[in-house]
Amino acid sequence: MMTGKRLRKTALNSCHSDSGARLVPFAGWEMPIQYSGIFDEVKAVRSSAGIFDVSHMGRLEISGPGAESTLNRVLSVDVLALLSGRAKYNVVCNENGGIIDDCIVYRRDETSFLLIPNASNCASVAAWLRENSGQRTIEISDTTENTVMIALQGPDSQTMLTDHTDIDLDSIRPFRSVTGDAFGTRAFIARTGYTGEDGFEIILSAEEGPNSWRQLETSGAIPCGLGARDVLRLEAGLLLHGNDMNQTVNPYEAGLQTFVESDREGYIARDALLAIEKNGPSRRLIGFVMEGKKIAREGCLIMDDGEEIGNVTSGVPSPTLGINIGMGFVKSDRAEPGTQIDIDVRGEEVAAKVVKLPFYRRSKKS
Amino acid sequence: MDSLELKYTEEHEWIVIDAAGVGLVGISQHAADSLGDVVFVDLPQVGDNLEQFGKLGEIESVKAFSELFSPVSGSVVEVNDSLSDAPDLINENPYESGWMVKILLSDLSELDKLMSASEYETFVSESETH
Repeated sequence: MMTGKRLRKTALNSCHSDSGARLVPFAGWEMPIQYSGIFDEVKAVRSSAGIFDVSHMGRLEISGPGAESTLNRVLSVDVLALLSGRAKYNVVCNENGGIIDDCIVYRRDETSFLLIPNASNCASVAAWLRENSGQRTIEISDTTENTVMIALQGPDSQTMLTDHTDIDLDSIRPFRSVTGDAFGTRAFIARTGYTGEDGFEIILSAEEGPNSWRQLETSGAIPCGLGARDVLRLEAGLLLHGNDMNQTVNPYEAGLQTFVESDREGYIARDALLAIEKNGPSRRLIGFVMEGKKIAREGCLIMDDGEEIGNVTSGVPSPTLGINIGMGFVKSDRAEPGTQIDIDVRGEEVAAKVVKLPFYRRSKKS
Repeated sequence: MDSLELKYTEEHEWIVIDAAGVGLVGISQHAADSLGDVVFVDLPQVGDNLEQFGKLGEIESVKAFSELFSPVSGSVVEVNDSLSDAPDLINENPYESGWMVKILLSDLSELDKLMSASEYETFVSESETH
């Protein structure tokens, strides 16, 4: 926990304290951990819609003639193939293939991009881009403080957002974005999220933030905190940087190979990742389900017949599924779904089973 | 329940004593609110002997695991079995349906080491401003 250092506040901070949210320090920001209660908030997102203040996440506007080639050097996906108005999830790796951060990159037009890194990694991602820009002409502008980002998530998201914009929301397919009029101002709207539900992430000016937040509340969206967000993302099998991955983890170990296109000219982690791909990772991130009522938490050891085979990186009770779930690393030969493992929960070995991720998948509309 | 009769520990357990010298024990509203949704509670069994400020059990919420401590020494005479299926009773009403155990006190003078309701209130508000 950061002490003796002033916490940054998002432009929505007053909305949270007005609604009785409990505020906690998170990645240098004062953020709501919960409003009505984590389980109620999770249920709202799975059955209707919730809103999250995700303004602490970084917003890096990257532009200039060298923007595309710099991003293509640093990001794990082929940025040259990314069309305007589209987005890709990817990881930012160091030369050894270690994950500096995971983020979403949006192409605005030919020469400008928006990158959304995690709050605690925003500065290191910006620095890594600068370091790798070489002779290229590139401008990196951090607009995190001038804007808010609201995540509207859940099956009723589109219906609720329709109240506040004339934009044809059907045209915004998953991982696409538009900039247009919404909430009486200009807004960037993308169909992305971190909950496993349909939904949008909306960026608009800091001044218009509180008003837009309250308008969504009026439409019935339930304010949700970081506690619910953590449960929702884990149920959906989505990784959290700092828990489930860091600079000592490569994307193959983390099961993120789908988001890696290593074999590109000039890609910074090309050689390292091609070698890892060839040899296979020695450990893998797994999902597991606990047998019984105990919850495995971050740091618990994963055992097999008294032998330590890995460690837990995330663990929560899943209110949607009614079971206790988690993620962790194990030796690659114990990572097959169905494998029985034991988890050391405060000195007691508790049985668990490796399962395929995600734990929860929403039912698609027919 | 008249909260003035309640005594509190610094670990946020409360106890109230009946005429027969049996103490009803639970956790405070403040503790229940801080924990958030309680999903699991592990309590001692009837007949177990407890030490004052020694381990009483374990409580787990969606966010975190915590230990529970006994406000007094004595033997467990009853356990709230409904908590194993409905641990959320602790959030709903930590002073009534969310009670945890009944303890037959071995030394009534130990109660002097606990805080009164008003002392506890001050304790909580002071710890929150830090």
